[in-house]
Amino acid sequence: MKEQDLRTMIEDVRAGRMARRAFIRRLAAVGIAAPTATMLLSHAGVAQVASTIPTTSRATKRGGGGAVKVLWWQAPTLPNPHFAVGTTNQDASRIFYEPLAAWDADGNLKPILAAEIPTRENGGVAADGLSVTWKLKQGVKWHDGRPFTADDVVFNWQYASDPATAAVTAGSYKDIKCEKINDYSVKVIFDKPNPFWADAFVGATGQIIPKHMFQDFMGTKSREAPTNLRPVGTGPYKIRDFRPGDTVLADINMDYHVPNRPYFDSIEMKGGGDAVSAARAVLQTGEYDFAWNLQVQDDVLQRLERGGKGRVQISEGAGCEHLALNNTDPWTEVDGERSSMKTKHPSLTDPAVRQALALLVDRKSIQDHIYGRTGIATSNWVNNPPRFRSPNTSYEFNVDKANALLDRAGWARGADGIRAKGNVKLKYVYQTSINQPRQQTQAIVKQACGRAGIDIEIKSVVASVYFSSDFANPDTFPKFYTDLQMYNTGPGRPDPGVWLQMFLSHEVATRENKWQGRNVNRWISKEFDDTHAAAEAELDPVKRVALLIKCNDLVVNNQVVIPIVYRPGVSGVSSRLKVNISGWDSNFYDLADWFIA
Amino acid sequence: MSSAFFLRRFLLAIPSLLGISVVLFTVLALAPGDPFEELTLNPNIPPEVRLQLRASLGLDDPIYLRYFHWLFAMLKGDWGFSFVSRIDVDQLILQRVPTTVAVIGTSQVIAILIAVPIGVLAAARPYSLFDQIANTLAFVGFSLPTFFTGLLLILVFSIQLDWLPMVYQSTVRETGWEWWWVHIKQSIMPIMVLGLFQGASLVRYVRSSVLDVIKLDYVVTARSKGIGNRRVLVKHVVRNALIPVVTLVALQMPIVFGGAIVTEQIFRVPGIGSLLITSILANDTPVVMGVTFVFACLVVLFNLIADILYGWLDPRISFR
Repeated sequence: MKEQDLRTMIEDVRAGRMARRAFIRRLAAVGIAAPTATMLLSHAGVAQVASTIPTTSRATKRGGGGAVKVLWWQAPTLPNPHFAVGTTNQDASRIFYEPLAAWDADGNLKPILAAEIPTRENGGVAADGLSVTWKLKQGVKWHDGRPFTADDVVFNWQYASDPATAAVTAGSYKDIKCEKINDYSVKVIFDKPNPFWADAFVGATGQIIPKHMFQDFMGTKSREAPTNLRPVGTGPYKIRDFRPGDTVLADINMDYHVPNRPYFDSIEMKGGGDAVSAARAVLQTGEYDFAWNLQVQDDVLQRLERGGKGRVQISEGAGCEHLALNNTDPWTEVDGERSSMKTKHPSLTDPAVRQALALLVDRKSIQDHIYGRTGIATSNWVNNPPRFRSPNTSYEFNVDKANALLDRAGWARGADGIRAKGNVKLKYVYQTSINQPRQQTQAIVKQACGRAGIDIEIKSVVASVYFSSDFANPDTFPKFYTDLQMYNTGPGRPDPGVWLQMFLSHEVATRENKWQGRNVNRWISKEFDDTHAAAEAELDPVKRVALLIKCNDLVVNNQVVIPIVYRPGVSGVSSRLKVNISGWDSNFYDLADWFIA
Repeated sequence: MSSAFFLRRFLLAIPSLLGISVVLFTVLALAPGDPFEELTLNPNIPPEVRLQLRASLGLDDPIYLRYFHWLFAMLKGDWGFSFVSRIDVDQLILQRVPTTVAVIGTSQVIAILIAVPIGVLAAARPYSLFDQIANTLAFVGFSLPTFFTGLLLILVFSIQLDWLPMVYQSTVRETGWEWWWVHIKQSIMPIMVLGLFQGASLVRYVRSSVLDVIKLDYVVTARSKGIGNRRVLVKHVVRNALIPVVTLVALQMPIVFGGAIVTEQIFRVPGIGSLLITSILANDTPVVMGVTFVFACLVVLFNLIADILYGWLDPRISFR
């Protein structure tokens, strides 16, 4: 279906010549999923960009559900969303604090502290893309009884954007301005047209803290705020006890701003231990009702599920486990720096070698034998939300084809069976973090490469070193001092725009920028730079999706990275508990609606 | 025992503690990695925010500067704050003390209560059936690592029988007798795992110590005077045989505060051991430094106490 046809159809729906359902059906017929279809409609201004996922709760009064017990295998340490390093603390904060809007599983917005989702139609989103106006819900109270107003929203911007605060949410706030229009509306102003405006005050990083509790603790004093450990929020539960590194206990907020919510009288969030025993406590013994992020092999999960006490709930996500190819030479040191931009990788810059490597990664076996439901084989870098998934790529495992490609490109097998051209041998070091599925994947790839005359040496690094920004250490992934490496990364939000910056030429990680640049593959492509720039300035959502899909195709077809599997979120849920989980927001984005059927 | 002796011991403790702190700090500072693993992978956090965080935590300063900062703050009673939770280290540690002492302390008491009578009885009749059974069990007990017995107990009592909870809750809602009942139920498995492990090695120690004493001339003399077997054992043998055991137990006391890393992790007991391991994994240097330093102080302190106890129990080797 061409863009023009799509536009005509959207116009038909807008003018009432075609029913919404008919539109969705016709798109489904050509392989476009319903969420994508509704998203196209809503972006085109036919309806609000609002969540269409039905609520789970059918409670007709507040409370009465008893206690709900949840288990995280990392422990919550600090329930302040602006200092939440990682999802565990974001989730702990989300029990108490709320954003203006949350992302649902389809990547659509659900209003929480906002009265409505801003759109072009209701005047919320400016036509020039330079500002967005949020109308706030009225009558919302903080846990101490004070009213929630626009001052609180503006304060959060000031708090997080102050470099002295050293907030981890600074990325969402440092390039915007926030103005109070009146007590119940605020305007967020961008310095350039911003197609992805729903970042500040939205989702896990957008949780809002009260001005009256934190205004005396900005900047360097931020650590001293007593409210850091005794949250005062607007959320469905109020703090009763917090033990850092162990447990969060919270009781029902009887003044919660949504009628008949929440259903449970209290919540206990216990942290610590390991993923397997967390899965066991929910799926097998039923001691807990919910367990987070079960990074456990799928056959183990299936065995535990047979206990019948709980089930595994998969939520769409976009993290991509991938094999990255180094474009520079990791074995030559230039000015005290390996993998320097002044070098070129002797063999990995040959397209034939890259294509051969892509043919040698047996993605289907990796899914079938290692990840199961927790990692889906893919040919794409951007996999979710579905509207960004490219239909133009495919993957194949074919050793013969890889051999033929390498033969044709002049890489001949030597006496030791390893291919070489001149004095360049196809010998690679392949690094990743220590993690059982990763070591198994390494073995599968190594074996297939061996059959094609490519010699692979496997290396694994402890995760806390590999993923650190410690620039004194040679084994971190941003340094990329090997030929190949493998890890998982995702956009963390239902829009890949910022995430795709990791392939931009000016983002190259070098010694000069202390390896803080995002482009660790050191790939340089003017075409990609231009396409990405066009996408980031494009306000028309349909055109923007097309441009971002082109970005994906450039990355995949040039084998900058070889996507292996994309990793959905995996939670353990007791069989009586009904929850909505979103891969785009905190696990507790819908906590007020959690329910026992 | 003079006051000069005490003074000398205390003064000797200062350089050794300083030395320990230098070694600990250097090792921790040289260890690779930083506490921002999850930040590095999040594309929505710009690199400059990460650099800002590193700088604000002083991670980019030279090691000797960081050490002196730490040392002077410590001398003023400021333990620093956790990089991860931004809470003061002393608070974090204090919060963990009650649970640690309750669980690990009880397991030590149980270990002693089991080990002393069994060890003494086994030595009283060496190579009897009782001795052989006790020996075998002791060998089994200290050869099985706690992570294995822990999982085994969970498998049997939580999963198969469904009697005991596998997750330890530090915040129990119930009050009165119910509170005690919940605490006892959830503590049984971790206490048993640790108690049996400690007890097993202690049994061997008590047995060999009693065996050493039971052959001495004064015991034979006591017997030949016609004193009953039971009285000889309790009044003459055990009292003397336990002197080295008491020292051993005193030297083990720091472990009570240091926690048990593996067992705490398996049962999710929020003790000092689990604080230490999560801090190590998160590269949370101030907390690791705080916990290990407290541990070092305790070791030095209990060494001193053991010396004093030894002299008090056995006047022959008292310091003059």
